[in-house]
Amino acid sequence: MKPENKMTLSFLSKSSNEAFARAAVAAFVAQLDPTLEEINDIKTAVSEAVTNAIVHGYGSSDGIVTIIGLLFDDHSIKVSISDTGKGIKDIEKARQPLYSDSEDIDRAGMGFTVMEAFMDTVNIISDVGEGTTVELIKTLQKHYN
Amino acid sequence: MEIELNIHRNTLVIRLSGELDHHVAKQVRLMIERTLPGRNIKNLIFDFSDLTFMDSSGIGMIIGRYKLMKSIGGNVALVCKNLQLKRLVEMSGLTKLITMYTDVNHAISEVTTA
Ligand SMILES: Nc1ncnc2c1ncn2[C@@H]1O[C@H](COP(=O)(O)OP(=O)(O)OP(=O)(O)O)[C@@H](O)[C@H]1O
Ligand SMILES: [Mg+2]
Repeated sequence: MKPENKMTLSFLSKSSNEAFARAAVAAFVAQLDPTLEEINDIKTAVSEAVTNAIVHGYGSSDGIVTIIGLLFDDHSIKVSISDTGKGIKDIEKARQPLYSDSEDIDRAGMGFTVMEAFMDTVNIISDVGEGTTVELIKTLQKHYN
Repeated sequence: MEIELNIHRNTLVIRLSGELDHHVAKQVRLMIERTLPGRNIKNLIFDFSDLTFMDSSGIGMIIGRYKLMKSIGGNVALVCKNLQLKRLVEMSGLTKLITMYTDVNHAISEVTTA
């Protein structure tokens, strides 16, 4: 399917950019007239993936996070969040609820679980040493007037 | 984002408004760490009545503080009205560890001890 609209956003992997990144995606998706709940679901999922890129992908080093947003005629959206950081060794393990390889006691290991609950499909493409791309896909409700 | 701290006897109430993500969670954690020493605080109440957004970093921040307060024989409670926030909190299993209230004064009276 050919996208009806597309946007690309790149920014430095600073935690202060997390709010900006999810707000930018929400503003782009607003063209499809989503419900407040849908907007919140998308913002939350994007926030999870962007935080992972910053915290796990790059850690203490600086890198670029790239977001590509696509809107389709059938009211579906696809948001890809990419980093060129350390990559994920075991993707199935990473997806599991409560799994976190971080020694930070403040990481719950809920990020992928939240993304999966709030989006229709979550694809993870990752290679160790190459980086990670997370694709978030969701079909929005259609409003008939 | 606004962070407001209030102490009621041995309970610290942390009232947050705006959006709670990883960036903000780091700041909140630091503020709590600076406030706790020497004040005989046993309990924390996170008052999220005016919070408009939270992701799993918020959950992690609460669980981290819960472990800390439990280790000194204290408690953590959460005040939450927003349905989206409640959904996230329930999904994370946090409600098995800590009590969720809809009114901050109710939480203070239940949690605070002499
Ligand atoms: N972009 C990434 N680059 C490298 N590793 C990643 C990336 N995203 C996720 N991971 C790995 O997958 C694990 C699970 O991610 P998830 O978001 O579910 O939990 P978390 O980030 O550890 O905790 P939380 O999201 O609750 O704060 C991470 O601990 C990390 O090991
Ligand atoms: Mg995460």
